[in-house]
Amino acid sequence: MKYGLQFRDVFAAWESILDGVWITLLLSLVAMVGGLAIGILCAAARTYGPAWLRRIVGAYVEIIRNTPLLVQLFLIFFGLPSFGVRLDGLTAAMIALVINLGAYTTEIVRAGLEAVPKAQIEAGHSLGLSGLQVFRYIVVFPALKAMFPALASQFVLLMLATSVASQISVQDLFHAASIVQSRTFRDFEVYTVIGVLYLALAIGFRGLFALIYRLVFVR
Amino acid sequence: MIREFGLIDIMYLVAAARWTLALTAVAFAGSAVLGLALAILRILPVAPLRWFAATYIQLVQGTPLLVWLFLIFFGLPLAGISVNPWIAAAVAFSIYGSAFLGEIWRGALVSIAKTQWEAGASLGLSLGEQLRYVIIPQSIRIAIPPTVGFLVQLIKNTSLAAVIGFVELTREGQLTAAGTYKPFAVYITVACIYFAMCFPLTQWSRSLERKLDVAR
Repeated sequence: MKYGLQFRDVFAAWESILDGVWITLLLSLVAMVGGLAIGILCAAARTYGPAWLRRIVGAYVEIIRNTPLLVQLFLIFFGLPSFGVRLDGLTAAMIALVINLGAYTTEIVRAGLEAVPKAQIEAGHSLGLSGLQVFRYIVVFPALKAMFPALASQFVLLMLATSVASQISVQDLFHAASIVQSRTFRDFEVYTVIGVLYLALAIGFRGLFALIYRLVFVR
Repeated sequence: MIREFGLIDIMYLVAAARWTLALTAVAFAGSAVLGLALAILRILPVAPLRWFAATYIQLVQGTPLLVWLFLIFFGLPLAGISVNPWIAAAVAFSIYGSAFLGEIWRGALVSIAKTQWEAGASLGLSLGEQLRYVIIPQSIRIAIPPTVGFLVQLIKNTSLAAVIGFVELTREGQLTAAGTYKPFAVYITVACIYFAMCFPLTQWSRSLERKLDVAR
């Protein structure tokens, strides 16, 4: 029997798919903002903080980076209710993604901070700048420039990884695929369309980050 | 029927980890073959081949692994190939992994100085011989630390095979959680087993990197 590809039914469900795109974008943006905030705090703690704090941050980074995101999601969504913390899927996914991305950005931000030559920091101190002023006027900009490409590609990977949230019934783009699939039985076509949409999102994000880099860091 | 989460369940989970490792091994082998081909295509002086490899890598790195798993799982039967979760997972992970290994290994290949190629050429080696005897042996040393790092990613990503019904560590965790109704204890155990597999590799990759830094 020969199978004819048929996309009509899939495209007819464009509204469910578009809803999924919004949730995927929402998850990605929340995770990027939250993950970056955690990353900056933890990197600062790990670079300038006392030894015990450095050790805690180090343990956080290692634990998260050496376990799968899916298991982290399951722990928060299915595990926490054992302690009376009941979260809906979307909230659980946001928390898991922020915690997950935070660990990766910590390492990226730390590498960025370390990329600023020590001599420049010492030069700032010898000009009489305070620690905060050195950070504000000497460290921040070159560090951001050094970490930006790695951060951008980590963000794109994260956007793709949000698809895992569908496994705890978050209605994201990937979840939309399974709804359309169960309605139309056009599984291959559905996942082709969803794949193309993810690709478009990835290309869009990459373009956006490249634009930001050009505007902010290249003169 | 709800039963207790006991030692026997932990044993089952540890035993299920061998399927995680088996899938990782198969996926790594597939990724390595495809990835090496991609890396070489990316540096050949033939533009269409370079574009093809670059497009493939962009395409795969721009779509989620879950989409690949489902595309293969539902797509291969359309082509008349009957699949079980094993084959679907092995193919999907090989496609996915090859894009990343291809990029890693391309980086290692281009990090070898151009003069090395020229030295090979001036000794009368063909392009293939230059690659085989001069470039690849030198780039392996550089490629090993990030390759081990990628292996960690691969182990973690095999957890996604659970969603197409491949019984490995995460899927076994889901089944155990459903049976014992102790999801927190079960998933903490699962996470610990993943950590036990990944952390040594992470540390190894890091120490290899440090050695390489000193040697250069």
